[in-house]
Amino acid sequence: MKETFYERIGESAYRETLPNGLMVCVIPKPDYANSYAFFATRYGGMDVRFQQNGRWLDTPAGIAHYLEHKMFDTKEGNALQELAKNGAEPNAFTSNAMTGYYFDSTEHFEDNLKILLSFVSVPYFTQESVAKEQGIIGQEIRMIEDNPDWQIYTRMMHALYQKNTGRISVAGSIDSIKEITAQTLYDCHKAFYTPSNMILTVVGGADPVHVADLARSVLPREGGPKIPRDYGEEPEEIAQKETAAEMEVSMPQFLTGYKCVPAQDGEDYLRRSILGDLACDLLLGESSPLYLRLYSQGLINGTFGSAYEMMPGIACLYAGGDSKNSRAVAEEIQKEADRIAREGIDEEYYQRIRRAAFGEMLRDLNSFENIAVSVTEGYFHGFDALCFPQAFDSIQKDDVLGFLRENITRERAVLSEILPRK
Amino acid sequence: MPFFCYLQEIQKRWYTVSCDFYTGVRSEKVEEMRAKLADGVYLTCLPARKFKTSLLSAQFVVPLRADHAAVHALRPAVRRRGTVRFPDLSALSAELDRLYGAQIDYTVRKKAESHCIGFVASFIDDAFVPGGEKLLEPAASLLGELICSPVTRNGRFLPEYVEGERVNLIDAIRGILNDKRDYAELRLLQEMCSGEPYGVSRFGDEKSAEKVSPQRLYAGYAELISTARLELFYSGSAAPERVRQALLDAFSTLPREGVRPVPETLPHAARAEVKCVAESMDVTQGKLGMGFSCGSDDFPALLLGNTIFGGSSNSRLFLNVREKLSLCYYASSVYHRQKGMITVSSGIEFENYQKACDEILRQLGAVQKGKLDEWEFTGARSTLRNAYASIGDSQAKLENFYLGQAATGQEESPEEMAAEMEATDEKRVFEAMETVALDTVYFLKGKESGE
Repeated sequence: MKETFYERIGESAYRETLPNGLMVCVIPKPDYANSYAFFATRYGGMDVRFQQNGRWLDTPAGIAHYLEHKMFDTKEGNALQELAKNGAEPNAFTSNAMTGYYFDSTEHFEDNLKILLSFVSVPYFTQESVAKEQGIIGQEIRMIEDNPDWQIYTRMMHALYQKNTGRISVAGSIDSIKEITAQTLYDCHKAFYTPSNMILTVVGGADPVHVADLARSVLPREGGPKIPRDYGEEPEEIAQKETAAEMEVSMPQFLTGYKCVPAQDGEDYLRRSILGDLACDLLLGESSPLYLRLYSQGLINGTFGSAYEMMPGIACLYAGGDSKNSRAVAEEIQKEADRIAREGIDEEYYQRIRRAAFGEMLRDLNSFENIAVSVTEGYFHGFDALCFPQAFDSIQKDDVLGFLRENITRERAVLSEILPRK
Repeated sequence: MPFFCYLQEIQKRWYTVSCDFYTGVRSEKVEEMRAKLADGVYLTCLPARKFKTSLLSAQFVVPLRADHAAVHALRPAVRRRGTVRFPDLSALSAELDRLYGAQIDYTVRKKAESHCIGFVASFIDDAFVPGGEKLLEPAASLLGELICSPVTRNGRFLPEYVEGERVNLIDAIRGILNDKRDYAELRLLQEMCSGEPYGVSRFGDEKSAEKVSPQRLYAGYAELISTARLELFYSGSAAPERVRQALLDAFSTLPREGVRPVPETLPHAARAEVKCVAESMDVTQGKLGMGFSCGSDDFPALLLGNTIFGGSSNSRLFLNVREKLSLCYYASSVYHRQKGMITVSSGIEFENYQKACDEILRQLGAVQKGKLDEWEFTGARSTLRNAYASIGDSQAKLENFYLGQAATGQEESPEEMAAEMEATDEKRVFEAMETVALDTVYFLKGKESGE
């Protein structure tokens, strides 16, 4: 295996691409009791239209998430149970562009890893078990529909995007999941759960060579073909300016979103993601003049936050929280961006924000999950996430200014609100 | 009297967090140190080199009471607005940015019937600071200033800060409603422990929050910092002596007089008849909460029993009520050690109310009667071993664990608790679980549902 030492962050990584195309990456953490394994496929909620054997297939919204739930079923019973018997804490998540299965455990790590690799690579569904899952996922969909945070985000994505499948809710809807059958699940598994479309990341005390050997012995010998996907041709314009709904909440909530220029895969993707985060911090982070002013005026409170998000073919910057006057806050954000675009960024302020942002990125390395998910994301998008200090150094004040000027404009803005029911 | 007069000998205790992997790697040896720095002021020091950050925490421990909860919850929020040296958020933020994005968050927590309020600071470890700058001393100093030298005007807190944070607190209290799961869990505790401090929310109630004035806040504050137990906590690479010195300097002006002991928690008084409460709201999914009182105080036995019942993703509730019968999306249970209670929280379809109740009780019955598979025991033990061993891997978990111990007068380390659990046999688990009885049921249902 190839070892890379990252001096700036004091970490090492061992990597190997197996003959079947699987990337194995091990980051040793010898002083920890826990080890963490993350096995992920480049397949998520937005991959609903793809080409298989020369034919374009349209699959129901929510199928990647449904598949994630069903993968835990094994011929012998349930993998969740097997892992939990060993004291491991297993779980999985489906995002727009990835599905990840993981566990952490302090004992029987290699046994657990074997179980993980095996249940994710060997599908076992019956028509009955698929039908039964509709009850569980139906409940999950109902639960998230009652969640104002989910509502406000999903509605914002619908306002931002006209075509890109990133606008689809990862869990799908009660209606869309009704169309899912054991066969469609098998088809999707066959297309996307091939070693060449996946990466295994281990963070912890495991021996890198053992990890790679285990993956070699458990997983299929062959990779699979590259699957072309269709995310939809997204125009530059937003879909709708505003969206609002009433719910049983105590106070109005809002998100204001900006449709940003998407990045290309490769180093540019990493650089752009850091740039987007810096732009957030600078414009409306907790120590920005705008945040402090709005907080003092009582227009925002501790729930206020912001994020820069990237998916295949799209990117957005959004901010929000509880507010009694979300329109005023959204307007203030726009005005502040316009002011910065006009006057430029104060050098001392920029250095301060930069310093804090670097500390923040280092802090994220305390979490095994953060490390594994970043490494995975980097692999899927063609960059090395652990090289972030170098990418960070390459960013200049004018890059951030350019980002704000290009992306934080009135034409690109949408407002999503949840209002208390009268 | 000033803080440094009470210097005392450091008590040392060794323990090892070690775990043999298949590869034979051993985890870091941790030397836990607890020192009394002044009357009612304790420092727990956990040296560790494996983290990218250091964590420093200062927490006051006071009794949780309905009439004081809101005012206590407000204290750290108001103080987080400014100190004499950094009088507003803008100055404070600039200082934190300068310290490489150090964070200082105010915290309001409930540990049994103790209310813990204070600050947690986190900053990157010296090893990763460019140019070899030291961050421990300035961070400790900032923490000390937030507690000992808040910004004041005419002998009281700034009214605009108090007003702003009071509104935020009221919003937070109302905001509990937004997450129906949290809301239902709080409502169950309120109903089950009505008349007991444990039923009080960590934020207090809206009415008391509305009554807080800058004068009252300031008067209570002076008393708080001189009489309440103060728990300090450090995790990071600095030598304990350096940490101690930094904190002694930072808190040198802390007054100490009439120090009170850590509040005691009384076990829940079991009901003779089950209390049932239902509420309606405009929601699509129902929430069912069930509270049980435990007649036994055999802690490790109840902890194991609860883990089998609903405390893990391999529990009876998860595997049967959720997976096998699809009766709910989530179902789990929590054992409240100091109160002698177990609470169940689940999300269900409205019409499944009775079915879910019956099934949850049936699963409890199985644990009580010992109708279990062998693997359920090994699995539960393994889950708990994993949980205890994992505490040392996270600074936030370590801080939270040791604060919980200090606030409830316990002294065991995670390893000792794990050892007690291992030494508990199945018979003890069944006997302890036999004493678990239904006490209160809370149901949040939809507005249109028929009931």
